[in-house]
Amino acid sequence: MSALLELENVTMQFGGVVAVNDLSLHVDQGEIIALIGPNGAGKTTAFNCITGVYEPTNGRISFDGKTIIVNHPSGKMKRTYAGNKAVLFSSEKTIDPTPDEITKLGIARTFQNIRLFRSMNVFDNVLTAMHLRAKANIFASVLRLDYKEERAMRAETEKLLKEQGLWEHRYEKAVSLPYGFQRRLEIARALATKPRLLLLDEPAAGMNPQETLELAGFIKEIKNRYNLTVFMIEHHMDLVMGISDRVYVLDFGSLIAEGTPEMIQKNQRVIDAYLGVSKDV
Amino acid sequence: MEKDKRNHLIRLFVAIAAVYIFITILEFTLRPTSIIFTVLRKGAIYSLVAVSMNLLNGFTGLFSLGQAGFMLLGAYTYAIFTMPLAVKQSERVYRYYECIVPFDTGVFIGLVAAGLVAAFFAFLIGLPVLRLKSDYLAIATLGFAEIIRAIFQWDVLGPLTNGANLLREFKDLSRITIPFTDIPFPPTLFVFIVVGICILLIVLLINSSYGRAFKAIRDDETAAEAMGINLFRHKELSFVISSFFAGVSGALLAMFQYTVQAQQFRTVLTYEILLIVVIGGIGSISGSCIASFLYIALSEWWLRGLDMGTFLGIDAPNLFRSGFRRLVFSLIIMVIVLFFSRGIMGDKELSYERLRNGIRRISNRRRRPE
Repeated sequence: MSALLELENVTMQFGGVVAVNDLSLHVDQGEIIALIGPNGAGKTTAFNCITGVYEPTNGRISFDGKTIIVNHPSGKMKRTYAGNKAVLFSSEKTIDPTPDEITKLGIARTFQNIRLFRSMNVFDNVLTAMHLRAKANIFASVLRLDYKEERAMRAETEKLLKEQGLWEHRYEKAVSLPYGFQRRLEIARALATKPRLLLLDEPAAGMNPQETLELAGFIKEIKNRYNLTVFMIEHHMDLVMGISDRVYVLDFGSLIAEGTPEMIQKNQRVIDAYLGVSKDV
Repeated sequence: MEKDKRNHLIRLFVAIAAVYIFITILEFTLRPTSIIFTVLRKGAIYSLVAVSMNLLNGFTGLFSLGQAGFMLLGAYTYAIFTMPLAVKQSERVYRYYECIVPFDTGVFIGLVAAGLVAAFFAFLIGLPVLRLKSDYLAIATLGFAEIIRAIFQWDVLGPLTNGANLLREFKDLSRITIPFTDIPFPPTLFVFIVVGICILLIVLLINSSYGRAFKAIRDDETAAEAMGINLFRHKELSFVISSFFAGVSGALLAMFQYTVQAQQFRTVLTYEILLIVVIGGIGSISGSCIASFLYIALSEWWLRGLDMGTFLGIDAPNLFRSGFRRLVFSLIIMVIVLFFSRGIMGDKELSYERLRNGIRRISNRRRRPE
């Protein structure tokens, strides 16, 4: 198995705050990997670095063996940089793609606080996510010369919605759906971009134990059906321990543990990070 | 659902055909100087600008205040392009300058050129501004509209723009003919045809794959970007296209007014359009059209009496004098904004079903007290 996604020494510094510190990890083809950690540990920041929302201050991110993002401290940041390993990448040319370019490479994501297209119905939400593969230029599109492509996109949307059990709701406004369905729709929309790697940012947030259990089955199912690799941030330990192959633990921006769910559960540093440890003991 | 959609399209087609037949009948029955023609023509032209602004404002979520500037570019381009060479070389228009434009073109090329020039300038403004994630576009375009108005009156550009003087005797509404003949084209019908084609193109755009991408950007930029939509490229597209149609409507306004002068394209014009868009409903094409006809009918026709001394048969020259119309107009707008805070149409489109339901609701309400 080879690494599909690899982070090398990724550091994200905002002013004097180091949100992610020297993070190195790898996600292999076909795995389900969880990234956990207390609030403010830098999990979502790490996701935002991978998806191009933030430009990491230092480090390299590769996808499928190709470097997709690389940066090193420069300009003002050179003086204020608080992390280490800056020398590693100082000779490399900075690569800083925008989020849409990352998505086109095959990395799709969902958001911690659901971000659906408010004014659109369920069908159009998914259909819109197929725009990135539309080849027709704007003139062809306006004059409807792209009708074959459009028809194919609609057929694909139909297939996807039926597979996700959202077909009956296709004419409903996305935001009027029940919460669980909104989560599902967000995942379906991410799938419409045909990703190889799916990043889920707290998919079980706000769900009860029953819904969380269903979600676990759902994630496994889409992973197998669409031949995906899943990298998720999650707080629900049942979900994390139930389906992940490996777990990474972040605390204050730094990686403090890595391993199988069983190993993580017994790790003293992880327990300390979550429960807190008294300084004078 | 499919059948509903087809019925909807057929009804729409019939309604539009009826409008055009109605216009044609009016052209052949009423006096050409009738106020109705003024309202129809100006209303149609304002519809086009309002819809183009709505494309940007209501469908892409970008706020631009440069409509007057782009209309000015369109109007000047059209006037300079279509003014016959003989007029350009004579002293009739370019009295103080030697006109440096050595050609003249037909109406169609003039209209397209008007759009393209406006679109080109929009492209240039968009390059730096649309990379920023905020309302900088409004500031930049507002500044642009003011600057371009000043520049077009500049002495040095006189050989091109005739300085601060009028441009006239170009191919205005009284000079258009049916292609390959000398028969004059019914002017109101001409305006409606051009505006109709432009709005049709905008509607097709909004309902295309690109239109969905625009709406996605309006709804949530972060999510749109994460779905692989290039923000800068799509914003630039929307801005350039919107400006293209603003340019075309500027050309139509020039045709309607028979003259062009930079002074006419003040920021007030942009605000008028913005008002129409807001009253009609941000995100509604039919709302923009209805609002612009209402706005023009009110300001040019129905409320005229308020400035002239007699209104609704009341003769009060001391009260109804110059400026009173504006006061009443402001009050009407305030009432609309208070009671229809999302505009006449909200973000919905006018349809047969909606009209029928609306009428039913009103008639039910009337019956209830008995």
